[in-house]
Amino acid sequence: MTSLLILVIVALLGIAIWQLTKIFDLTQNVSGNESCDSEIATDKDNNIQGYLMFGFLGFIYALTIFSIVKYGHFPLLANSASEHGKDVDNLMWISLALIFFVQTITQFLLHYFAFANRGRKDKKAFYFSDNEKLEMIWTIIPVIVLSGLILYGLFTWNAIMNVDEEEDVIYVEVYAKQFGWDIRYAGKDNVLGKANVRFIKGVNVTGADMSDPNSQDDILATELRLPVGKKVVMKMRSQDVLHSAYFPHFRAQMNCVPGMVTQFAMTPSVTTTEMREREEIMNRVSRINKVRSERSAELVAKGEEALAPYVFDYVLLCNKICGRSHYNMQMKVVVETEAEFNKWFAAQKTLGQLVADEKAAAEAPAVEEVVAPEQNTQELETVVDTTAVVAQVIK
Amino acid sequence: MSAVGHDLTHGHDDAHDHHHKETFVTKYIFSMDHKMIAKQFLITGIFMGIIGIVMSLLFRMQIAWPEESFKVFSWLLGDDFAPGGVMRNDIYLALVTIHGTIMVFFVLTAGLSGTFSNLLIPLQIGARDMASGFMNMLSYWIFFIASVVMLSSLFVESGPASAGWTIYPPLSAVPQAIPGSGTGMTLWLVSMALFIVQSAMGSLNYIVTVLNLRTEGMTMTRLPLTIWALFVTAIIGVVSFPVLLSAALLLIMDRSFGTSFFLSDIYLAGEVLHYQGGSPVLFEHLFWFLGHPEVYIVILPAMGICSEVISANARKPIFGYRAMITSILAIAFLSTIVWGHHMFVSGMNPFLGSVFTFTTLLIAIPSAVKAFNYITTIWKGNLQMNPGMLFSIGFVSTFITGGLTGIILGDSTLDINVHDTYFVVAHFHLVMGISALYGMFAGIYHWFPKMFGRMMNKNLGYIHFWVTAVCAYGVFFPMHFIGLAGLPRRYYSNSAFPMFDDMVDVNILITVFALVGAAFQLVFLWNFFYSIFYGKKATQNPWRATTLEWTTPVEPIHGNWPGDLPVVYRWPYDYSKPGYDEDFVMQTVPLREGEKDGGAH
Repeated sequence: MTSLLILVIVALLGIAIWQLTKIFDLTQNVSGNESCDSEIATDKDNNIQGYLMFGFLGFIYALTIFSIVKYGHFPLLANSASEHGKDVDNLMWISLALIFFVQTITQFLLHYFAFANRGRKDKKAFYFSDNEKLEMIWTIIPVIVLSGLILYGLFTWNAIMNVDEEEDVIYVEVYAKQFGWDIRYAGKDNVLGKANVRFIKGVNVTGADMSDPNSQDDILATELRLPVGKKVVMKMRSQDVLHSAYFPHFRAQMNCVPGMVTQFAMTPSVTTTEMREREEIMNRVSRINKVRSERSAELVAKGEEALAPYVFDYVLLCNKICGRSHYNMQMKVVVETEAEFNKWFAAQKTLGQLVADEKAAAEAPAVEEVVAPEQNTQELETVVDTTAVVAQVIK
Repeated sequence: MSAVGHDLTHGHDDAHDHHHKETFVTKYIFSMDHKMIAKQFLITGIFMGIIGIVMSLLFRMQIAWPEESFKVFSWLLGDDFAPGGVMRNDIYLALVTIHGTIMVFFVLTAGLSGTFSNLLIPLQIGARDMASGFMNMLSYWIFFIASVVMLSSLFVESGPASAGWTIYPPLSAVPQAIPGSGTGMTLWLVSMALFIVQSAMGSLNYIVTVLNLRTEGMTMTRLPLTIWALFVTAIIGVVSFPVLLSAALLLIMDRSFGTSFFLSDIYLAGEVLHYQGGSPVLFEHLFWFLGHPEVYIVILPAMGICSEVISANARKPIFGYRAMITSILAIAFLSTIVWGHHMFVSGMNPFLGSVFTFTTLLIAIPSAVKAFNYITTIWKGNLQMNPGMLFSIGFVSTFITGGLTGIILGDSTLDINVHDTYFVVAHFHLVMGISALYGMFAGIYHWFPKMFGRMMNKNLGYIHFWVTAVCAYGVFFPMHFIGLAGLPRRYYSNSAFPMFDDMVDVNILITVFALVGAAFQLVFLWNFFYSIFYGKKATQNPWRATTLEWTTPVEPIHGNWPGDLPVVYRWPYDYSKPGYDEDFVMQTVPLREGEKDGGAH
């Protein structure tokens, strides 16, 4: 691969330089005189370049068609897995259609005029410097169209971002750190305990304040499982730098900011199992698996391990530059029926239990060390007041 | 200084009697002549551009063939940054960061507006030189030092700044988070602080010169659109760059003096850091308060240049001169109140998101007016397809293609799912990267005779344009599709997610287009440097344009005009005016009896 690439580059450079010298020689021979006119476009140049301009319009259209045919299945414009996702997709379709329309027309006008008005030295242009009516038209039309888009966009935006706290919702904390995610469910009481990075210790990875009774029944998880059809309010925190919790299939994204709690609410509408059975998804998966099996064959030939076949899953990925392994900061998201979810949920140990277990395990072998943790907790209490802000926002 | 000062106070012809003999140092290095400073900005900009583009090729190769070993990585990055020819993942981020910084600030801000403001403002308004030649010189040399400091960060052992060109803390603030946030980041901040100082000096100079040194008859509504654009650009720079300086200074405080302006509650490498009470969101606001106007600082000069080049080569007045000025002013005003659209999902209040969606989509209106006016200018023109004209038409094309997707990104609802994906990369590279580069190329081809007294080779110019035009679309058009598929930007490799595995082909295609496109920039470089010395000698007004710079002698002189300053009688766009034999009327030609100025006839 490397050598191939170097060859390609060298070849291209060679062609470039060869072209360059050849053309230079040609121009030197043709115009022996010292006049600079030879460097100004002649009628012949105008003609050739005019036709090329028209050809370029063809190129733009061809590239558009090629991309739509070849890559048209990539964009996430259908099969959204959340309720608000349908509105987002709708608005996206309207905007894309509008853009496509305007792009096609304006590029045509631009390149067609460049072609149709090829200059001749014996001709004069049309002296046309102003027309208020025309300008009014192309000021008003964008105003009307954009107003429509703004209104639609703002209604959708408000519907997505404003969470009715009275509703029956589940609270989940999405906790980001270099380079992974942790999940903390609010537990039976559906209230997330206060938290601050200063409480991070052992199994308590998201820094829940264990002196807050609400923390006791919180549940930690390494993958985000959600019941279908129920609104989930995700409270996001970060342990170190900015991250962005991006759920492409749910059309959901929010930055995780150290020092504050952000939130995004959504209602998953399709379970993972259902989604896997959808035709478009199956097609996409089989395409991906084709690529993967080709690469696996290469790897096996080299004596390396083959890639596992891809199975569709919702993912949570980091979408804000956060450090060296930013490109691999992911978590599986599972949407399941409420019954499945409840069953799984009931089987989890609470954070209180986990902390107690850890403490017991630590105390068993060495009793003398108990003094140190006590000092620690005292230190912690002196900084607790600053976390009051955090705690308010979480609930 | 003396020669210029003298001229300014007397306004007579003493440009010729040099009081002192110019040495190499005063003529080429510490020059206070605006034309020489323009060339210094241009050549430094081109040099920085080469580095920036080579960086982009390196990381494009990494994206197309992830974690492959390349000899070229070993040669250019060294065994430390690319052990065994495989690029380190933090060095990938460093390259992305420095590529962005260099291209946005050093090439498209200083290289573009520094070059053409210096060259064109005095020449097109009929002034002997800038208001302060000394400050102008200082501005270039501070820019030069800023460039050196930025490049020196490439040789730091822990690597250059790697937090993205937006340098969001805490990643940029704590070295524990990424190695590049050590010495590399310090140098980045020092370099940018110097850059802002030079920008302020330059901008103030441009503003004062345009306001005070216009020649007789050169009213504000007789200014060429280039000058309007450069003038308004300078105002935006003065308003917004200082805010970035304050952000940089506060970040320096956080990094080195233990304050917590932007940092709070951070647990890194197994310990809690002492920071408490700051907010990274504050930094984002401060950064984008400059960051968004910055894209207009980049694009307005390109618009101004293209207005001029299109009008001169279409042999037709620019359509809607006053609407163009109004649009420039409207864009400038709106540009300072739209920054929040970079922060829809930053955690700021959703209500703010609504406000910024509204203002952002408003800015589409003056932009649309400009695009339509360009197209109407070409309509029924008599198009002279010089290389500068091709790049100007290319500018309108990429500006439309890139600008339209702004409707999606500016809409908070849609931004949720495409924020920070390749869709954004495609959008801003087309609308401000490629477009502004086209504007720069158009300006270089068009005003090369004014800078060096010689012509660039047109056939090489044609080859340069067509290959660049095809490759620019080839690189950035497919990116929209992978962006809509949810592929995040700034990923060292896409192979960690099986869901992106079928996009390998697209990324290879993009990289090949990028390599070819970049290779053909060598044609430009060769044409540029060869023509400086061996190009055909230019005549006084090779493009038969109307503006004042073409009344100066071919061999540039100190003070620009040998005799009195020219007097202006008409607007700059009298091309193909009925009643005149020639298809252009210079601004210095008096109006005939009963003739109306400003496009009326």
